[in-house]
Amino acid sequence: MSQNGHQHTLVALVQDRPGVLTRVASMFRRRGYNIASLAVGKSEQLGLSRMTVVVNGDEDTVSQVTKQLDKLIEVIHVSNISNEETVVRELALIKVSSATANRGEIIQIVNLFRANIVDVGSQSMVIEITGEEDKIQALYNLLEPFGILEMLRTGRIAMVRGQSDGRVSDSIGIDLYGAGNGHGEIRAV
Amino acid sequence: MEPTGPLTGAEIVCESLLKEGVDVLFGLPGGAVLPLYGALAKYPQLRHILVRHEQGASMAADGYARATGKVGVCVATSGPGATNLVTGIAGAMMDSVPMVAITGQVPRPAIGRDAFQETDVTGITLPITKHSYLVMDVADVAPAIKEAFHIARTGRPGPVLVDIPRDVLAADKTEFIWPEQVDLPGYNPPSFAHPALVSQAAELINQAEKPVIITGHGVLTSQASPELLEFAEKTQIPVVSTLLGISSFPTGHILDLGMAGMHGMAHAILAIDQADLLISLGMRFDDRVTGSLKDFAPNAKIVHVDIDPSELGKNKKADAAVAGDLKCVLQQLIPQVTPNVHIDWLRHIESLKGEHPPIQIRETEELLPQHVLRELSEATKGDSIIVTGVGQHQMWAAQFCAFQEPNTLITSGGHGSMGFEVPAAIGAKLGRPEKTVWSVAGDGGFQMTMCDLATAVENNIDVKFAILNNGSLGMVYQLQDLFFDKDYFATVYTGNPDFVKLAEAYGITGIRVNEQSQVADAIQQAMEVPGPVIIDFVVKEIDNVYPMIPSGQSAKQMLEESTPKRIDY
Ligand SMILES: Cc1ncc(C[n+]2csc(CCOP(=O)(O)OP(=O)(O)O)c2C)c(N)n1
Ligand SMILES: [Mg+2]
Repeated sequence: MSQNGHQHTLVALVQDRPGVLTRVASMFRRRGYNIASLAVGKSEQLGLSRMTVVVNGDEDTVSQVTKQLDKLIEVIHVSNISNEETVVRELALIKVSSATANRGEIIQIVNLFRANIVDVGSQSMVIEITGEEDKIQALYNLLEPFGILEMLRTGRIAMVRGQSDGRVSDSIGIDLYGAGNGHGEIRAV
Repeated sequence: MEPTGPLTGAEIVCESLLKEGVDVLFGLPGGAVLPLYGALAKYPQLRHILVRHEQGASMAADGYARATGKVGVCVATSGPGATNLVTGIAGAMMDSVPMVAITGQVPRPAIGRDAFQETDVTGITLPITKHSYLVMDVADVAPAIKEAFHIARTGRPGPVLVDIPRDVLAADKTEFIWPEQVDLPGYNPPSFAHPALVSQAAELINQAEKPVIITGHGVLTSQASPELLEFAEKTQIPVVSTLLGISSFPTGHILDLGMAGMHGMAHAILAIDQADLLISLGMRFDDRVTGSLKDFAPNAKIVHVDIDPSELGKNKKADAAVAGDLKCVLQQLIPQVTPNVHIDWLRHIESLKGEHPPIQIRETEELLPQHVLRELSEATKGDSIIVTGVGQHQMWAAQFCAFQEPNTLITSGGHGSMGFEVPAAIGAKLGRPEKTVWSVAGDGGFQMTMCDLATAVENNIDVKFAILNNGSLGMVYQLQDLFFDKDYFATVYTGNPDFVKLAEAYGITGIRVNEQSQVADAIQQAMEVPGPVIIDFVVKEIDNVYPMIPSGQSAKQMLEESTPKRIDY
């Protein structure tokens, strides 16, 4: 997936230590960068987590964000995967107001989106949906007339597609010492 | 001597400091850090300098580090002790000074309960440290200290804070294991740069007709002065320095143009304005250097070399941006650049010097700070270490003093902290005892940290304090003069102490100077008296510092003339 307007997707491999998230967040705040979302969890390597950060801004800004992130001691690698073939997902839980009368209609919509109903109460249902942000937004729009009581979203996680060589996000370089020319260009190596 | 048997956390700190080659640390004890002091008492090899205020400890560690290139160490207790360190730590961060700050913390079970003197010091210092540790296990003490020193001194240097809870310091005896190496997979500072980028830079340098080099603190931190000299002489490119680049290139060298920036030399500023290539070495295009970024070096292509890739393209885009250690990169560049004479360009710069004579002192009977600095420079012949505060006296010191050896001007640049002049001079003298150390002080800044005069006296630290006593916060007075309708509000001190009596109160020599004719003798006398001396240079007429490029403006708006004012205090 290519970049969405001025949104850029960065994937960072970080040491799983107390305070890492604070350092990342503090750096963003102090330098005035605008994070659209940040999702973090364990990676396949023991003691390392992977973060997906979605940043708004122009090329120069995202170049600075990338370098500033990389500068943090506990950040091992940062990849800007905005221009790569990627799989992008987000998970949302949506609690929608539903009475017996309209339950069928909601179920139909949910099926159409291949979403799941994970809880049913007398007044409401909880729907779980996974997908790209657009898909979640589309489902939200259709459910809105029924009355949305609550929604939670995880934020974007993204991974480069394996293609023929089984590549991983970390192989998408920001080339700090080689080809980067300080013009905000970040090249894959 | 290797320790025998298991040690407490505090003893492990001491052993680790010895492993790192620490010989002096600056600090002041309190409850949370007391176990460490208990151990320090048994380690006379670690000379502890007891300060009067923890800001003095962090700034003395800073001065020590800048003077020696080694890591400066300061120690404080939790809560107020730790927060008092903050200004000095922030200064070290801004100016890339290697420092390790060790703070005591409340015991682990008390953390998060707003215990007595609990402050989240790793939180407070998060944006002003290169890295920090909260050590929650005694087994982590030695690795944390080893990593802290490694991070502080390598790459782009900076301060690292190690916060250790009292019960970890006092922890039961543990075996001291000094790690063989650091385990920092996310930290790989560069040395040599990518050859393609070096060639790209060399090509721009070889093509330039009107090139200028501008140096920053990076030249000093990477100990690249010999390479800079060789590079400049081979290419015959004139060298301008930022405030923090001063002393990386010998004053008075035929290619030396002096300081650029807000109060830089007119010819240096104009040379940058007219240059077709600016070779920026270990500097970061700070606004005090550039003024308006878009009007800075408007005709020049930019070669930018820095060890911190995030500096490349941060403020000014470069045509060749080279990430690498300056010493290494210059070694790579030197064989690739062709000898060049740029004779027309050098002649042109000479004519600029003629049209805009560098730093002159106006005719007057009165004693001016400029007289003092000119005499000081004469007397010390560029061989002393000059430590300054922040303000007019700082700018005049940078303009008037000659420097022949790296790290002989020590000044708070990026953070601009008044009060730096007293403790940083103490730290510098401890680091370089063979050097004469002059603290060029403002009456304002001096009074912020003069409590640590006692530290100098107690430890017989031979610093000569030259107070340029204009009875005012002169630099701010200047801003009011130029930009706030001469409304001199809150910038005149009417109740300054008698600094000569103050010297006497501390049992040291105090000298008062009111006349131009007394300056040279007073400086000579101060250098002959062993131990700390205060000279109170009483300045009654306040000048503005010129040249001046008003904040955010460019070479075109440079102000050069001077209008003296009488100041009553
Ligand atoms: C801690 C701190 N507070 C305020 C300032 C703002 N400031 C910059 S220069 C200056 C005046 C300094 O006065 P003094 O030390 O007497 O030096 P002078 O300019 O008179 O030579 C002030 C207040 C500062 N740089 N640092
Ligand atoms: Mg003053």
